[in-house]
Amino acid sequence: MLNKMGKKPVDIILFCLTWGFAALTLIALLFIILHVLINGIPHLTPSLFERRFTTENVSMFPAIISTIMFVVLTLAMAVPLGIFTSIYLVEYVKKGSKMVTLIRSAAEMLAGIPSVVYGLFGMLLFVEFFGFGWSLIAGSLTLTVMILPVVIRTTEEALKSVSGGYREGGFALGAGKLRVVFRIVLPSAVPGILAGVILAIGRIVGETAALIFTAGTIPQVPQELTQSARTLAVHMWNLSGEAHHTNEAYATAVILLLIVLLINTASALVARLITAKKD
Amino acid sequence: MRMHNNKTKRYSKEDFAEMTFLLCATVSVFALLLIFIFLFANGLPAIGEIGLWNFLTGRYWRTADIPPSFGILPMIVGSVYMTVGAVLIGVPVGIFTAIFLAFMCPKWMYTFLKPAVNLLAGIPSVVYGFFGMIVIVPFIRTISLHFTGGGSGASILSAMILLGIMILPVVINISESALRAVPDSYYQGALALGASHTRSVFFVVLPAAKSGVFASVILGLGRAVGETMAVVMVAGNQPRMPESIFRGARTLTANIVIEMGYATDLHRYALIATGIVLLIFILIINVIFTVVTRKKEQ
Repeated sequence: MLNKMGKKPVDIILFCLTWGFAALTLIALLFIILHVLINGIPHLTPSLFERRFTTENVSMFPAIISTIMFVVLTLAMAVPLGIFTSIYLVEYVKKGSKMVTLIRSAAEMLAGIPSVVYGLFGMLLFVEFFGFGWSLIAGSLTLTVMILPVVIRTTEEALKSVSGGYREGGFALGAGKLRVVFRIVLPSAVPGILAGVILAIGRIVGETAALIFTAGTIPQVPQELTQSARTLAVHMWNLSGEAHHTNEAYATAVILLLIVLLINTASALVARLITAKKD
Repeated sequence: MRMHNNKTKRYSKEDFAEMTFLLCATVSVFALLLIFIFLFANGLPAIGEIGLWNFLTGRYWRTADIPPSFGILPMIVGSVYMTVGAVLIGVPVGIFTAIFLAFMCPKWMYTFLKPAVNLLAGIPSVVYGFFGMIVIVPFIRTISLHFTGGGSGASILSAMILLGIMILPVVINISESALRAVPDSYYQGALALGASHTRSVFFVVLPAAKSGVFASVILGLGRAVGETMAVVMVAGNQPRMPESIFRGARTLTANIVIEMGYATDLHRYALIATGIVLLIFILIINVIFTVVTRKKEQ
């Protein structure tokens, strides 16, 4: 190791700084995770998972169900849209066409817009202009626009990584373009697309700013698309604003962390699937 | 005849599919247009009424006064302070960690450090904010008691530290891939000339990856400017010109989230106009990012 480090003082300083800062990153992460787990796990009481929310039990059960509803609804809209967009960009347009540049830069720009601006936009367009009110549908539509760039980017890369020989083979056997895309290219790109979807789920679960003015904050399981609901992250935001619910906020944070851990594990598995496929 | 029918049928199906794909592809463009149209249509009249100059350089945000004053300079300065602070804290740590991951890290360590960085990226901003509120804010309160004799701890400094942590994964992941993209011959060449491992990495590979590393900094910057919930929870949010990093301040994002719930009339439109200013900030950052990455490609 000493050999690696070098002997000049500058080398030694840089070497130590590298180890030190890397340790700092790890310490920051461990500190956050352990702090939340240690303070949160003891407060994961059954009353936090009761079917109905009351100001007494501040149950997170409705929020968990609502989160799932938001995820399903948003993915149902964003995934087909994103996949079709990528199919168009990769399979149908000639390289260097202006259309591609336009769509791609639009998607890139969408990716950079802060979630609070999405919140404003969703409020102005879906809540007020379309008159949906604070609702499941207005929130999901806002999230759809927000995660669309994620789905497009990852699917595009997945489609591009499918070798051209597959397509040519398909055409040579007399398949039409549509058949080649859906029967040959898309199935080979599934792991890459899945990676994008998992990433998108992570963003939906963690989102708060885009939802409070589009979906509202009512702690209920929505019965209709036009009813308000809060996701787990929004639930936690509401709890952390109240000083006497700190323990419950910790407990909610534990559940959120578990979901993130689950999502990360899933994406690691998918990544392994992709590399396995390449070999 | 039959052949002919089949042919037209197949072509029309293909055409229909292509049209569908094209239609879906234009959704992003339309969405972006709608975002601009709706924000500008609702925000520009307010800017007109307040006056662009008064709005951007007004030092007072007093919505309940008669007449009210809508100056967002304190929020612009607040956003700039906290973003710059976050970059100052997060970028050195991030770049060194990226170098560690790419060149110094034993393999067994990489297998759990890399997922750790990804975990850091996945933690929702409310959880960060909550952590900041419970841990960082009291810590800064103690420090500021020592240095300035008071203060609640909900301050610019708290937000800087928290944002610094939050931008770490972006800086680390993008820098790491930039470092790994440098051809191995650079490193080998430096070694062959007698440089040590450390020296080769820092004085040959790192300079070669500088545009990618710089891109990671810009992305981190964008993340810090746009962050909302975490900042609201630790920054104190007083709409006044920031005086010291131990005092509270408000960002553009916080201004929108805090007051949108109850704002009406001009106040409400002034908040949407705040969103426009934020959007323009992000656009500028995007342009810089595009210029930087395009240079890299050349």
